[in-house]
Amino acid sequence: MPEQLIFAMEVFLNGLMAGVLYALVALGFVLIFKASGIFNFAQGVMALFAALTLVGIMNGQVPFAHIINATFGTDLHYFGWTVPGLLAILLTMGMMVLLAWCVQRFVFRHLVGQEPIILFMATIGLAYFLEGVGDLMWGSDIKTLDVGLPQGINETIDEVTFGWFGYGFFIDNLDLVATLVAAILVTGLVLFAQYTKQGRAMRAVADDHQAALSVGVSLNFIWILVWSLAGFVALVAGIMWGAKSGVQFSLSLIALKALPVLMLGGFTSIPGAIVGGLIIGVGEKLFEFALGPALGGATENWFAYVLALIFLVFRPQGLFGEKIIERV
Amino acid sequence: MLDQSEGYVTSDGRKIGGVVMEMKNITLRFGGVVAIKDISFDIREGEIRAIIGPNGAGKSSMLNVISGFYNPQEGEVWYRGSLRPPMKPYQVARQGIARTFQNIALFEGMTVLDNVMTGRLTKMNSGMFSQAIWKGRAEAEETENREKAERIIDFLEIQSIRKTPVARLPYGLKKRVELARALVSEPSLLLLDEPMAGMNVEEKEDMSRFILDVNDEFGTTIALIEHDMGVVMDLSDRVVVMDYGKKIGDGTPDEVRRNQDVIDAYLGVAHD
Ligand SMILES: Nc1ncnc2c1ncn2[C@@H]1O[C@H](COP(=O)(O)OP(=O)(O)OP(=O)(O)O)[C@@H](O)[C@H]1O
Ligand SMILES: [Mg+2]
Repeated sequence: MPEQLIFAMEVFLNGLMAGVLYALVALGFVLIFKASGIFNFAQGVMALFAALTLVGIMNGQVPFAHIINATFGTDLHYFGWTVPGLLAILLTMGMMVLLAWCVQRFVFRHLVGQEPIILFMATIGLAYFLEGVGDLMWGSDIKTLDVGLPQGINETIDEVTFGWFGYGFFIDNLDLVATLVAAILVTGLVLFAQYTKQGRAMRAVADDHQAALSVGVSLNFIWILVWSLAGFVALVAGIMWGAKSGVQFSLSLIALKALPVLMLGGFTSIPGAIVGGLIIGVGEKLFEFALGPALGGATENWFAYVLALIFLVFRPQGLFGEKIIERV
Repeated sequence: MLDQSEGYVTSDGRKIGGVVMEMKNITLRFGGVVAIKDISFDIREGEIRAIIGPNGAGKSSMLNVISGFYNPQEGEVWYRGSLRPPMKPYQVARQGIARTFQNIALFEGMTVLDNVMTGRLTKMNSGMFSQAIWKGRAEAEETENREKAERIIDFLEIQSIRKTPVARLPYGLKKRVELARALVSEPSLLLLDEPMAGMNVEEKEDMSRFILDVNDEFGTTIALIEHDMGVVMDLSDRVVVMDYGKKIGDGTPDEVRRNQDVIDAYLGVAHD
């Protein structure tokens, strides 16, 4: 096999892995958008906030230490204990549910029936608010997140591919775990939506609010549920991304990458979010590999947006999205 | 005047029970518009109660008050002998009051069967965690819900479209699916907002027959809004007549037909 093709295959696989993370963030968007028509700009910040909270809890960091110290003249930073990963994840999940409740109770409950653009603006506000709170609570320094996920090159793949091609592929164990976790997460979500009472109610709300009310579904409850699920997906994305590149505020920028993913996959389709994420992941890696050198590199910064733009022109509803019909 | 506590026997020999739902001095305003003006009436166990009146009379508003979609500024709603506090629509639905809409509100993206199954949501007990843990119980519940849904689907003769996405159905069938979804929750009170609007004669006859059968077989109490006077007179036991938000008549179809106010305000208009 020609050397270039083998390299391209490796790039392809690594692109898939990167795409999984895009897909996870996009999934959070889709969940909320389907059920409430809210385009949640804060989804990326939610992933950041979840990761910050997780690290903070694990390291026994004192929340709002900066404010406390400034007010009381104390010098608190850490409680002096550490919390095991799994417990910390559960506590963080509790925090995300609380956040979901607050978002619904204090923001969107007061905006029911408003124009989509107003709801969208509210999520922009939420994004900045949450970023600020995250900073105040846990500080803005870059933190490492280690919940015990395997990292580094996967030896087996390296050896097997070396046996086949005479060239060992570099696939990160963390990426493999991320893929596995994402697959389980998506399967779980689909089963939940398909077979549980709350899942049915969720689909009902996504389809028609008035009809959902008439069959006894509380919109408020479903919206809190959906924001909690989105919080859960954000937590998973935050863990993966944080373990890979450290927990830092640029994490919230992945929200922007989710946008082209959604344009590709359609805003209302869970499979769309996944396939869209994978296409963008693979596309930008392969494009950089093939044409990056000729174009002066760093094509990953813009490739996704250009692809999305092309899609907007030819298929505005995305690959899997429903035909855009005005709802009456 | 009818006895409040006892009930009565209809001309075709059906026994009507005590008062299930009582509206007392209901007033509903939208800004300056008074949609309902100080209206009182009751609905009795097992009866088919019609609400009629010209366009904009406030009929749908009244149904929306009963089902919790609107909360009146004044007046009291009594349900099964107790005063009902202001409620959200989903709470009313969980009390066993099901409804259909004048403009059809179905889950367009779901199949007929899935739509009907959502009507069982109020009957599903298992929460998400118990569903994960007590798999057996959840499955038994699912089977029961499925059977109930299939039975209603048979009853309303929509077996052939069970798996069809609702969005593809013609108007008349959609109305029937909406009735099925309301019915499958085994409501103690069924509210139908113009169940025959926009139907041809044949479809209207079918729908009338279904409404009578539902009332007959399940003993369901039904309140319905209808424009077609012939249909109303055939179907209903008692009729409330509304005009410009006011009640101008209340009684058996014959009584209402002879009521001069009604003739002037409604029938007169309709026949001119
Ligand atoms: N949500 C609302 N907001 C403002 N006004 C409303 C609302 N719902 C109803 N109205 C007004 O209340 C009045 C009664 O309307 P309603 O829909 O109850 O009449 P209706 O008797 O059902 O008429 P139709 O036979 O046309 O269905 C109308 O003037 C209508 O414009
Ligand atoms: Mg109406």
